[in-house]
Amino acid sequence: MIKRKKFCKLCIGKYHYDYKDARFLSQFLSDNGRIIPRRITGACAPCQRKITTAVKRARHLALLPYVRR
Amino acid sequence: MRRYELVFVLAPTLTEEEVDEQVDMYSKVAVDMGAEVADVDKWGKRRLAFPVQKHKDGYYTVLTLDEEGGVAIAELERRFKVSDAVIRFLAVRIDEELKRVRKFETRKEARQKRRSRAARSTEQPVAKEEPETDKE
Repeated sequence: MIKRKKFCKLCIGKYHYDYKDARFLSQFLSDNGRIIPRRITGACAPCQRKITTAVKRARHLALLPYVRR
Repeated sequence: MRRYELVFVLAPTLTEEEVDEQVDMYSKVAVDMGAEVADVDKWGKRRLAFPVQKHKDGYYTVLTLDEEGGVAIAELERRFKVSDAVIRFLAVRIDEELKRVRKFETRKEARQKRRSRAARSTEQPVAKEEPETDKE
């Protein structure tokens, strides 16, 4: 599980969220495969938006699960 | 010129040669429709996160195209929809995102340059005290 963070990952240099990088994106998913909310990941609003679109694109390509049980 | 990224997943029932054939065929279509193929990235066979059309694996390929009007993209998408071999595909325009990334990088560089210049212009001991402050 991701611990609470006070800084935004995107703002400290990882400014490009790649939807092809499933391993990187999976850190923003909960155990059930749901996107972790901003208040826990600590991402700023633009970053969270980018994470969300990237995750959704990855899901469409079957790189990430829609649900994990 | 716009840059597009076209990811498509081919069915695992194909052989490696058939996959290469398909990829060549699609890049040829792109060229015929007036696009430039900037890059072809074959990931090979990869496990899917969930079954798609009863398949558990798929051959992933990323086509990077440069194109003006999006005609080739439309044609390729149409073909992907019709084709039985393609089980998933996604076309994304990436030039603006790339531009943003580049802008960010140049700004970061400029900031670092400015900072090092500022450190040099102040007295030497101060500059010596904090040699590395590129974290923010």
